Amino acid sequence: MGQTLAEKLIARAAGKDSVKPGETVTAQVDLAMMHDSSGPRRFEPILERLGAKVWDPDKIVLVSDHWVPAVDAQSAQILDQTRRWAFANDVKAFYDMVGICHVVLPQGGHLKPGMFVVGGDSHSTTGGAFGCYMFGVGSTDMAGVLVTGETWIRVPESIRIEWKGKLGPGVCAKDINLALCKALGLGGAEYRTVEYTGELIDDLTMEERMTLSNMAAELGAQAGLIAPDQTTASYIRDAGGDPGEIDPWQSDADAEYFASHTFDGSALEPLVAAPHSPANTAPASSYEGIKIDQAYIGACTGAKLADLRMAAEVLEGRQVASRSRLLVAPASRQDMMAAQDDGTLSKLMAAGAVMMPTGCGACAGFGGGVLHENEVCISSTSRNFQGRMGAQSSKVYLGSPYSVAAAAVAGEIRDPREFLNGS
Amino acid sequence: MSGEGGAAWVFGENIDTDQLAPGGTLKGSIEEIAKHCLVRVNPSFASEVKPGDFVVGGRNFGIGSSREQAAQALHHHGVAAVIAPSFGGIFYRNALNFGLLVVECPDAGRIGEGDRLTLDPVKGEVKNLTNGESYACQPVPAHLLEIVEAGGLVPYLEAIRS
Ligand code: SF4
Repeated sequence: MGQTLAEKLIARAAGKDSVKPGETVTAQVDLAMMHDSSGPRRFEPILERLGAKVWDPDKIVLVSDHWVPAVDAQSAQILDQTRRWAFANDVKAFYDMVGICHVVLPQGGHLKPGMFVVGGDSHSTTGGAFGCYMFGVGSTDMAGVLVTGETWIRVPESIRIEWKGKLGPGVCAKDINLALCKALGLGGAEYRTVEYTGELIDDLTMEERMTLSNMAAELGAQAGLIAPDQTTASYIRDAGGDPGEIDPWQSDADAEYFASHTFDGSALEPLVAAPHSPANTAPASSYEGIKIDQAYIGACTGAKLADLRMAAEVLEGRQVASRSRLLVAPASRQDMMAAQDDGTLSKLMAAGAVMMPTGCGACAGFGGGVLHENEVCISSTSRNFQGRMGAQSSKVYLGSPYSVAAAAVAGEIRDPREFLNGS
Repeated sequence: MSGEGGAAWVFGENIDTDQLAPGGTLKGSIEEIAKHCLVRVNPSFASEVKPGDFVVGGRNFGIGSSREQAAQALHHHGVAAVIAPSFGGIFYRNALNFGLLVVECPDAGRIGEGDRLTLDPVKGEVKNLTNGESYACQPVPAHLLEIVEAGGLVPYLEAIRS
């Protein structure tokens, strides 16, 4: 019987020819990614208790992104501890305030198809876009990996999600995610692995594939995989990495899936998820008239170069509505500089956008741009759980960068296609 | 686990991490959290459960958030194992890493409240001493059993490194 991509990736890391769902194996970890919030401040006490050193500093990527730049004594302490741990342990791949971990990792050329990667963050599913088995772990698990270089894993069943057709103008990967959250339900994958496939996925850029795998976390999947192809290989080469082989990392035609779903992207329209769940999704047009105080373009999900360009497409030659504000926190310095070079940043700023430092910003409520009681925000981030972006009574709608930009201009939620010039 | 086994505390489907470790208690110590473990579904559980007793659940036991305290609270009470047809994936990971034995058992629904049970995790068998039945369950791999027996991943690493 054939194997799914997930089974092949786990089997390789476990040193086996094949594995079956339900089986528990010990896997060698190729790379461990962690950030300031889940990182040294959480596992340093455990490592001290064990009197242990990290198994291989060259297999660690550490990113300070959640608490940057420091806004008070507590965040300054967290960042200081992170830096000192990185230097003391000789971690060369330490990215301090240059972007969000899930974006910095591939941009630094660290991912390669076939790898088995753990991340100290729930959106570690993003790495699955590169044909890696990457999943999020807690601090106890991470401490175990840092000491031993391995972890146990129970092989999950796979769910195949096929997308046919072509996306229309003003529709993007974020809308696919919101559609899937509605179709499968929040956490509906029940810690199985999802594998995105089909002609529509083949056509997506790596940035859009990353957005897709990113929100596998909201589906409750352990991993969100996309089989690598030439698009993957050329992205990795451009990032200074080595794409290695692609052929071994494809699901077999006779592989067995727990379930298969097929969707038609041609029929998809811009979607918005209402408070307080990413699964609370309906067409953007159905929320017309909902006034917004803040529009937020940010996060690993929605502030990469492609996302900034989508927003600029809507904002070019327009102004943010007088009673609303637009905040933009680019996902990485690399994205910010590219957006500067191609004129995207000027378009955003000319429209009245407030530029924020690169990092997680307001997404998890740590950085600048959080919300006051009863304020309404539309955001390109991945989660709108109650109180995540600020006050408990604040309300967050989720949408694509197109939808967020359209709402910023109109001062209310609208179908972003009204603002595209059709060129 | 003595000759007469541990008592079964039976719960329904979809017991989530908020029922195991209620959100409002998370800032407290594990002793404090454990006092509220499952009381919303069975008010006498936290005060009357004895070390060596079993928690028997329905489908999706431990779904919800990734909070490690959900597993820690049951471990704190000395629960011998959680037996259920299926588990929330993150809870399953956390449980074994915190020294709490969890076994998948398709026939868990046949176990009644208060039945006396024994478990052989290596063989993968639950014996119901009250009604004489026995149920197959997924055997726990030797490596994971070592982690559980050491009291969790951190004590396990501590032991193998000293
Ligand atoms: S941007 Fe938001 S979702 Fe992404 S890693 Fe940071 S806090 Fe998490």
